[in-house]
Parts: sequence; C-alpha cells; structure tokens
Amino acid sequence: MAMKVIEVTNLHKRYRDQVAVDDVSFAVDEGEIFGVLGPNGAGKTTTVECVAGLRTPTSGTITVGGRTPLEAKHLLGVQLQSAQLPEKIKVWEALDLFASFYRDPADWRALMERVGLADKRDTRFTNLSGGQKQRLSVALALVGKPRVAILDELTTGLDPQARRDTWDLIEQIRADGVTIVLVTHFMEEAERLCDRVALISSGRVVAMDAPSALIGQVEESQRVRFRPSAPVEDAMLLAVPEVTGVRRNGEQLTVTGRGNLAPAVTLALAEHQIVPTDLRIEQATLEDVFLALTGRKLS
Amino acid sequence: MSKLLLVEAKLHLRDGWYLLFAIGLPLLLLQFLGKVAGPAFPALMVMLSALTLSFSVLPGVLAAYREQGVLRRMSTTPVSPLRMLTVQLVINLVVGIVATTLLVAFGPGVPRNVAGFVLVFLLGSAALMAMGLVIAAVAPNGKSAPIIGSAAMFPLMFVAGMWVPREYLPEVVRVIGDYSVAGPFAQALSATWAGQAPQLPHLLVLAAGLVVFGGLAVRVFRWE
Repeated sequence: MAMKVIEVTNLHKRYRDQVAVDDVSFAVDEGEIFGVLGPNGAGKTTTVECVAGLRTPTSGTITVGGRTPLEAKHLLGVQLQSAQLPEKIKVWEALDLFASFYRDPADWRALMERVGLADKRDTRFTNLSGGQKQRLSVALALVGKPRVAILDELTTGLDPQARRDTWDLIEQIRADGVTIVLVTHFMEEAERLCDRVALISSGRVVAMDAPSALIGQVEESQRVRFRPSAPVEDAMLLAVPEVTGVRRNGEQLTVTGRGNLAPAVTLALAEHQIVPTDLRIEQATLEDVFLALTGRKLS
Repeated sequence: MSKLLLVEAKLHLRDGWYLLFAIGLPLLLLQFLGKVAGPAFPALMVMLSALTLSFSVLPGVLAAYREQGVLRRMSTTPVSPLRMLTVQLVINLVVGIVATTLLVAFGPGVPRNVAGFVLVFLLGSAALMAMGLVIAAVAPNGKSAPIIGSAAMFPLMFVAGMWVPREYLPEVVRVIGDYSVAGPFAQALSATWAGQAPQLPHLLVLAAGLVVFGGLAVRVFRWE
C-alpha cells in the first residue's frame, strides 16, 4: 500500500447561501498523478483551495503529509488559475523571490532551464505568452521542493502544442517523485496523465478509479467499425463473447462491446477468411463515463 | 524579507512615474509658490506628498495585487501576504521621507523643531497610510483605487487649507478640517516647522486617526 500524502474526509464547504462542496472524500497516494475532474462549478477548485489552506472547510477534515493544510504550506506547491504575479516582475526575479520564501528551495536557475524559460529570463510577466506564464507558474509551484504539487486548470487557454509541452513537463515532475493533484475539465488530459481520477459533480465524488477502469465500466465501451471483404452474419459476430451488439449502415458494420473487442472481432473474421477493411476502433472516454454516471456533460 | 523588499522596490522604480506626483509636484510648487504662499506652505507640500503616497500609490499597488491574485498566491507559500503589506508600507514611508528631505533641502528654511517635526511626520504619515489601507480594501480593483483615493484627497486638502488659507474658510469647514487628520497634520507640521511644539489636540487627532482607520483596515482588508 502506498503512503497517503493527502487525505480528505467528508469535506463540506458552504458560502453564505450556497453549497460549493457537498461531501468529498479522497486520498492521494505518494507519487501518483491524481486528477480532480468535473464540469465548471462542480466544486473542484474549492476542494483544492481547501487542501492548499486557502479556504477553511465548513466541516470535514484534511491532512497533508499528516498535518493540517495551514501547517503544510512548505510541503505544497500550488499553481492557481489566472495571473498571480505583478505585471512588471521579470521571470528571474519571480523565481528568485519565491525561492526566498522557502527554507530549502530548489535551484531556481535549473528550474528555469527545465521549464524552457531560460531565454525569457529578463522578460516581464505581462509580456509572456499564455503558455510561458503557465510554465513559470509551474516552476514557482516547484521552487520550494514540494512533496505535492497542486495544478489547477493548468492547460486551459493554451494552444494544442503548448498543452502537449505542459503535459510532458508534468510527467517529468512526477518522474522526480513529486505527487501531483491535477484539477481539470479536459478529458483527454486526465486520461493521458492521471493514474487515478475523482469525478466530481455538484460537490460530490461520483466515481474514483484509474481512467481505464472507469472507462471499462461503461457498457459498450468499445466500438469497432469496418467494411467486411465478404458478407458476414450478425450471429457469427454475436457469438464472440466480447460483442454486445451489431449495427449495419449500408456496407459498414458497427460492432459494440467491451474488453479486447477489436482483436476478438478480427480473429473471428479471420477464421471465416474475411478481412475487415477501413477498420476503425473507437473507445469510450471519461466524457462517456461522466455522462453515464450523472446524465450530464462534462464540458 | 530583504528580497521581497528589494524586488518590490525595483517594481516601484519601474512604475516610477508616480514619483513625479509624490516628489516632483510638491517640490515644483514649493519652488514657484514658496515665496508668495505664506509660512504654512512647505508643511502643506509635505502633506501633499504624504497624501499622494497614502491615498493613491499605496491603495493602487495593493488593490492591483489583490486583483491579480498576487496576495492570494503568496498565501499558498510559507510566507504570509502580511509581509507584502508591510513591505509596501515601508516603501511608501521611505519615498515620503525622501520627498520631505528634498522639500526641506530645497525649501525656504528648515524645520526648527526637528524632533517635533519628525514625530508629527511619522504619526501623520502612519494615520494617512491607515486611511489608504481602507481605500485599498474597499476599492474593487487596481485601476479604481487611485481614483477613489484622489477623490478623497481633494476635499481633505481643501479642509486642511491647501487651496484657500485656513483663516478664510467658513467656521464649519474649519471645524471639519480640525478633525480630518489632514488638517491637524498640516497644522502640526507647520507649527513644528516654525519651531513651536505640536499642539496636543492635533497629535491626539492623528493618533485617533491611526487607531480608528488602522483598526478598520484590519477588519475590512481582503486578501482576495
């Protein structure tokens, strides 16, 4: 059993007349990338703000490394949504300054290299692109050598290339042994990066598991489309254990099912000397999982 | 602490245009009007500088930092954003001291009750900065804070006798002026400049201003 670095138990947060987080519990293992996933307004940000010690829960308990969030600030590196620095501060000044906030900081020059901002050293914050601001923000979250980095909507507003670069960066950070809590409403991001995700809807956790396990629970999580080289009987395909349904659209067949659907289907076809042409495999996504669980769309 | 102070001081210099108003303008007015404007004028210029810093510069920076999430970002580190507030107060005080030193250096004569002048300057500046913190707290963002500050500054300067000498003001305005922090500040600066001891009621109003607005700032100041 991996050690729990964050434990949230029955977190409840109410603002005056509004419940932001109803009842959220989860535990994050040391060294994993844990996703907090849900549509806007589901309570994701409030949840991690409570973990970061920025907000006080109305009820429930949170521990970070066995301490209360307020005592654990040196264990946490936090990247928050939107701008967080003075407009005219230069990249190196921000890193140098934040390093001074911690007792045993990382080498900020090496960190600056690593997030690819060495050539922007003397650029003012306001003149950085969206992707560069995010990378600086990640570097600032790491400059205190945290055990846990909380990254909130890190790639929102980035172009696809910058987003992929940021994903690579997150994987590198994890490789260094930093536990990561990733708040996102991007399915693709969560599926690609997270070891486990908590799906949050209306202030509650509706499911928590590895993305592949969650997707596997969806009925008809796999879909295979193809054009057979010779006529195929429905019964022949339905005899394959993984198959749950067959649909026809002209010459094209759509076979739905679960597990290792595509190999099972191609194998069955091969036994009848039939070749599937234009073969396409579609997988359910966390989006489908969320829809199946809540009846609502994520984004 | 030293690094935060250093970086913030650099950022102040990068936005240094405000020094034209906090230092340049009072100095210029003193040069051109000092000889004709009467004996209270140097003291009024010291107060103009302190008011500009406390009502415009300080709330502008703090409200912008709150709006941009700078204070909030700091609260996620082991260092409290309270330190940022302290650093801003220190920088504003230092700029105020520089302005006052220049006003004394280039003005007609020097304060003759130096100890009294310094005491009044520090107490008055502290009271005005406490008022500035309240402005920073109520201003919705970094752009509106200096505007609100200036809007509050002009009537204060009026009742303090900046535009029209005190003795020409109607009785009711003079009474308001006596309780306006700015009024007693100007009069106590003026008295010590002339070599007199500051009057106790003036010091009491300044101290009361510091306590009342300081307490109010503590209650209403928001970090985010």
